[in-house]
Amino acid sequence: MKLTVDGLHVVLDHQPILRDVSLEAQQGDIVGLIGPNGSGKSTLLRAVYRSLRPARGVVRVAGDDVWKLPARAAARRTAAVLQDSAGTAVGLCVKEIVALGRTPHHGLLGRDGADDHRAVEEALDACGARTLEDRDFASLSGGERQRVLLARALAQRPKLLVLDELTNHLDIRARFELLDLIRGTGTTTLAVLHDLDLAARLCDHLVVLNEGTVAAAGPVLDVLTTEVLREVFGVQAVAERHADGVIRITYGANPLAIGRATEPLTSAVPRSAPAPATPPAPTTPAPTTPAAPSTVPPAVPHPAPSVAAVASASAAASPSASPPSSAEPPTPPPTEHEAPALG
Amino acid sequence: MSAHTSAWQRTARTPLVSRLPPLSHALAVPFPFALPRGLAPRRAAALPRGLARARKATLSRGLARARGRVLLRVFAARTADTSPAPAKEQRPPPPSHPVKGPRGPRIVKIPTAPLLVALLAVLAATMMVAVSIGAVTIPVADVWQIVWHHLTGSGSAADPALDQIVWNFRTPRVVLAALVGAGLAVSGVVLQAVVANPLADPYVLGVSSGASLGAVMVITMAGGALGGLGVSAAAFAGAMIAVALVFVLGQTRGRVAPTRLVLSGVAVGYLFLAGTSYLQLQATPTELRSVMFWMLGSVAGAKWNQLGLVSTVVIGSTLFLALFGRQLNALLAGDESATALGVDVHRLRAVLLVLSSLLTGTVIAVAGGIGFVGLMIPHLVRLAVGADHRRLLPLAAVVGSIYLVVVDLLSRTVNRPNELPLGILTALFGAPFFLWLLRRNRSLDAG
Repeated sequence: MKLTVDGLHVVLDHQPILRDVSLEAQQGDIVGLIGPNGSGKSTLLRAVYRSLRPARGVVRVAGDDVWKLPARAAARRTAAVLQDSAGTAVGLCVKEIVALGRTPHHGLLGRDGADDHRAVEEALDACGARTLEDRDFASLSGGERQRVLLARALAQRPKLLVLDELTNHLDIRARFELLDLIRGTGTTTLAVLHDLDLAARLCDHLVVLNEGTVAAAGPVLDVLTTEVLREVFGVQAVAERHADGVIRITYGANPLAIGRATEPLTSAVPRSAPAPATPPAPTTPAPTTPAAPSTVPPAVPHPAPSVAAVASASAAASPSASPPSSAEPPTPPPTEHEAPALG
Repeated sequence: MSAHTSAWQRTARTPLVSRLPPLSHALAVPFPFALPRGLAPRRAAALPRGLARARKATLSRGLARARGRVLLRVFAARTADTSPAPAKEQRPPPPSHPVKGPRGPRIVKIPTAPLLVALLAVLAATMMVAVSIGAVTIPVADVWQIVWHHLTGSGSAADPALDQIVWNFRTPRVVLAALVGAGLAVSGVVLQAVVANPLADPYVLGVSSGASLGAVMVITMAGGALGGLGVSAAAFAGAMIAVALVFVLGQTRGRVAPTRLVLSGVAVGYLFLAGTSYLQLQATPTELRSVMFWMLGSVAGAKWNQLGLVSTVVIGSTLFLALFGRQLNALLAGDESATALGVDVHRLRAVLLVLSSLLTGTVIAVAGGIGFVGLMIPHLVRLAVGADHRRLLPLAAVVGSIYLVVVDLLSRTVNRPNELPLGILTALFGAPFFLWLLRRNRSLDAG
């Protein structure tokens, strides 16, 4: 079902965390929410799964304003897999964990019925976790835990899935397995992801948050422009669709040297390359960007040649050859990106 | 070692029921199972398909392990072999997402209702035995006759002296012990979940120090100081004042943060302890002795007329708290996740804290500060039946009852004719148990 976030303002301890955030996800869409640390991604999710009341603005799931619904009714529409459950080590077995997903479907006197059992078993099957059902949750590996938590969310029979860093700390195979599972649910999904490569693979649309506002939104390639990667994420990188149809991100040889790199990096890999990117720029997980763009030192004393080497591959295609403009990075053309005052 | 042997060892290392206590392994498995190693592979072929698959998958990775360990795992595998449970595990996993075969601890379930009924029967039997034992030992049959007579009015009245001992002295005492044990266990279960801390017990919010101060004031100041309140009433009042103080200090804008709450409880506890200690220094030796006895807890003074209130509070709040089983489970997933599951975490916390404080305050007012029951019984029952609060709460209540009835029996028999305070005995058993628990709990290793 459709998710609409409209004009959301969230204030926490008198600090504005989100300012006028709007986004939309159509039925069945997977929308990725990306942005540097502290950009307000988790706060936005909290407003969506009804944990943090926005100061202004509405969140609609399937047409209903979730903040006007009772908590349980909202939880029957929206299921969330958050990071605070991953460490649960409490003597609940997998089936019991998944059965927690039935919580919003019952009041104090409700007892589990056939429908609950069916929902739990379907969720276990959908996540390939049936063989784990009697295991102690604490004994599972990281990938198995996330699988089980996803099953818990599916047992809610939600119209919207909210996922916060589901693939964090997982090995690479487990990550891809989870992506498959998420795509397999067919449920409208809003997912916070740090790994831009995974985000590019998983999502139909991306929303970039920066300092509490939407810096870019739209189809993956429209959003992951070199400018956005530089201005918002503070890295020198390029996203492009390869011959196999997969969008990959190639990071520059010295991805932090954006103060010097005035030309956007384009293809470091031949566009016709059939195989994934090769050694010079392996698709590493996105670095936890240490700072907002403005705080990146403009003149990093890195050897210029490495930047130049990458940039030279881009031939003459870039007209934006502005001079290395001191403290402030150049303003990105498409978005209402504010020059931030504080970190 | 041959390839066969190591393959078998790998198979045998698939522990299906390792959460079962060792005793049940021994019971479930015919003993002469230490086969010569050469026979082992044939046995492996008879394992259910799921296990055979696991064996195949691990064939190449097989490494020899210590023989003792292998035999232990063989027990585990065989136990699973004879149980009906594996039928489901043979279901092939969905092809696109292969999950490795079962490994690691599994939780074995006994249905709640039969277990509860069995434990209630044990409780009834323990209470009968506890009533029958004392300075005068009365046969259980006579005890039953007297109790039956009083409960139903039918049957013949017994010897008035025996009737007096059984019905007016021992029965209220044993019933109070059972109620106190249940109350403390339930309160412990709830508080451990609500403040998300395995070390929480019913006194974590300063209940006991508040109650102690109230009781000590009455004992040492000869009652007049508090307007003629009895010890119980003063203890209850002290407990409620302490808890209210902790709530006020532990919340921010109406929301209770567990860590702040626990730390506030500790601080308020010390504050009240200072008062208690000061009064104790001023007390005469006789007063001091009764203060000590009160603080360590006892059900010796039980009277029928106080049981009405206590049983209403304990049974009522246990039943009411049991309704929150599902919400308590959700709380285990984390505050944010519980919120996303439609639980109003802050209101739930407030309701549960108030209820469990009332429960603890009532119990401590009539029985003094009995330690360790509220910490140890929840952990014990959780280890045995898992953490699903819909099971855990009622079962912990009954197990707590049984435990305190037994401890009370010991307290008046081990050192006859003197009685020991309950707190000494609960801690005497409780502390070593708790240390053992800390040693074996793997989830505590990480922190």
